[in-house]
Amino acid sequence: MDQPTWQAGVYAALKAAGIRQIGYVPDAGHAHLINAAHADPDMRAVVLTTEEEGIALAAGAWLGGQRAALLMQSSGVGNCINMLSLSVNCRMPFLTLVTMRGEWGEFNPWQVPMGVATPTVLGAAGVHVRRADRPDEAVEMVAASAALAFDSHIPVAVLFSQRLLGAKVFVK
Amino acid sequence: MSRPNDGTLDRREVVAALMRDPGDLLVVTGLGAATYDVGAAGDRPLNFYLWGAMGGTAMIGLGIALAQPTRHVLVITGDGEMLMGMGSLATVAAAGARNLSIAVLDNHRFGETGSQYSHTGYTTDLAAVAAACGWTNTAVARDMAEVEALRPRLREENMFAVLRISAEEKTRHLPPRDGALLTLRFRQAMGLTND
Repeated sequence: MDQPTWQAGVYAALKAAGIRQIGYVPDAGHAHLINAAHADPDMRAVVLTTEEEGIALAAGAWLGGQRAALLMQSSGVGNCINMLSLSVNCRMPFLTLVTMRGEWGEFNPWQVPMGVATPTVLGAAGVHVRRADRPDEAVEMVAASAALAFDSHIPVAVLFSQRLLGAKVFVK
Repeated sequence: MSRPNDGTLDRREVVAALMRDPGDLLVVTGLGAATYDVGAAGDRPLNFYLWGAMGGTAMIGLGIALAQPTRHVLVITGDGEMLMGMGSLATVAAAGARNLSIAVLDNHRFGETGSQYSHTGYTTDLAAVAAACGWTNTAVARDMAEVEALRPRLREENMFAVLRISAEEKTRHLPPRDGALLTLRFRQAMGLTND
């Protein structure tokens, strides 16, 4: 399967940041990272039933001396809000990569409300929000955001715009 | 108000037994009475008490267990907190960490908020849920002999146990609640720096 090289770069950035655990609720836009994590003997990839589990997983990883990241889609951000109190309250680092839906060429109207609300909701919960719109900025955005999260002990989300990912095609 | 099917175990006695001679056991407690019970058994840096983040206790345990595969993690929580994080029973089982156990103090009630009946007081059997999610070692304890028998298993096996405590409310014992303090002292006790 052809994969855009920027996603390989993002995985390399996560590795360079010392990430050892990746919790995820699958999204097509994260497929490369999920496959790479499962194929990597030095990474624990943990499939979740709901996105908030990944915040608690990351908190536990930090308590145990490892770094974790959460991969999710914008629709999952709404499932996370109360659990985000962990990072803020405990002054723990937290890094999440969010694939955006409901913005660029969206076919499915059910994706629009949470897509629109995602940056506002994350901000209101105390998460620092960054956004990558172009392939040439995605890798350094992840690297810089990981540094911010783990060096300054704060929660950081990187939003991968739907334009960057390409809108999901429902009718071919 | 009690029901014929209520548990009879004393929650403080149960937790004191589980926490006796804890050694370097890594303990995560669910918000509410489980946190008070573990604090009452003796505060220690390797206890990570939740005062919020309801539903997240088992997943925090999993993150620690994956990061520290040579040590054992014990999650102690209540039926309400476990019900909110019921999906994590599937996630923890699928992740396959063998160095994690969960002990649920089950009084069939949301004790912190006025003792409303929880799902375990109606129809839900959490040990059966865990088994269906792939936990191979599950147990229900109804007397102190069964609790004592579970104590070593909860420290050595990948065990899910339901402890049928009575609905009696205890005096609140309030361990530290500053999350940053709890995090820092836990990591320091693990020999970790703050990076």
